[in-house]
Amino acid sequence: MKFSVTVILKKDVLDPQGKVVENTLASMGLNSIKSIRQGKFFQIEVDEKDHTTAEKKVDEMCKKLLVNLIIEDYKISKI
Amino acid sequence: MRSSVIVFPGSNCDRDIAIALEKMQFKNQMVWHKETKLPKSDLVVLPGGFSYGDYLRSGAIAGKSLIIDEVVKAANSGCLILGICNGFQILTETGLLKGTLLRNKNLKFINKDVHIKVMNNNTKFSNKYKNNQLLKINIAHNEGNYFTDPKHLDELNKEGLIAFKYCDEKGNINNGTNPNGSLENIAGILNLKKNILGMMPHPERMIDDIISNKDGINLFSSLLN
Repeated sequence: MKFSVTVILKKDVLDPQGKVVENTLASMGLNSIKSIRQGKFFQIEVDEKDHTTAEKKVDEMCKKLLVNLIIEDYKISKI
Repeated sequence: MRSSVIVFPGSNCDRDIAIALEKMQFKNQMVWHKETKLPKSDLVVLPGGFSYGDYLRSGAIAGKSLIIDEVVKAANSGCLILGICNGFQILTETGLLKGTLLRNKNLKFINKDVHIKVMNNNTKFSNKYKNNQLLKINIAHNEGNYFTDPKHLDELNKEGLIAFKYCDEKGNINNGTNPNGSLENIAGILNLKKNILGMMPHPERMIDDIISNKDGINLFSSLLN
C-alpha cells in the first residue's frame, strides 16, 4: 500500500525559501502568484493490507520522525 | 570533572571541543553514537558539525541515534548537557530543549565572529561571566534561527532561561544586530532545570589568543566551579 506525505511549514512560520522562489518567478514575468510555500514530499510503501492500520503506521512515522510538529503541518494521502 | 563528547557521522567540532575540555583539565572521553552506554559523566557535550549530512532536518537523525536515549536519561537525572551548534539542533530534536532552529533568515550559511551578551550568569554554564558581559564568539551555521511558541518564549524570559543574545560591540540588541533572524536575538537557551544549555555560537573556538580570543574559556571554567 502506497502513501504520499506532504510536509509544509505552518502558516505562521516564515518560509524564506518559498519567498525567494516566489520573487524569482515574479522577476521572470510570471507575476500572478498570490503566494508560494515550499515543502517536502515523501512516498512511503507500507507492507500492510488493511488501509486503516497502514495509514496509522504512516501517521506514527510522521509524528516520530518525518515532521517537526512545532513548525510543520503534514497531510497523508493514499496513492 | 568527567566529560563525554558524543561523536556522530558528520560531527566536525568534536575534536575542537575535546581540546578545549582537556585544556581545562576535564577528564574527557569520546563516545561513538552507536554506543548504548554512556561513561560516567558530569558533562555531556553534543558537538557542532553536520550530523548525517543534515538529512531530513538538522539534527533529526542524530536525535534518534542509540546513544541519545542514554543522554536523555542522564539529562533527566541532572547531568549537565551542552549542545553547541548542531548539538543545539539535536537537543531540540530530542525534545530536551523546546523550540527549533529554522534556516537563517537570509538563506545564507553564516561564518563570522559576532558579539553576544550574557543574559543570565546564575547558571552552571555562565557563573564566571558577568551579567550583560559582551563576548566575541564565532558562529558558523545555516540553521540558527531560533523559533518557539509564544508561551515558551514567555517562560524563557520569565525564568531567565535565555543564556545569550546576539548584539553588536556596544551591546545593542535589535534587528540590525541579529545575524540569523532568531526570535528576540536568542543565541542560546537553557531548560527549566538549567542543566541543559544549547547555543549556536562556538565557545570551543575561543580558547586561545593565537587563533582567536579567550572569550569562550569562562564557559568551561564556570562548569568546573
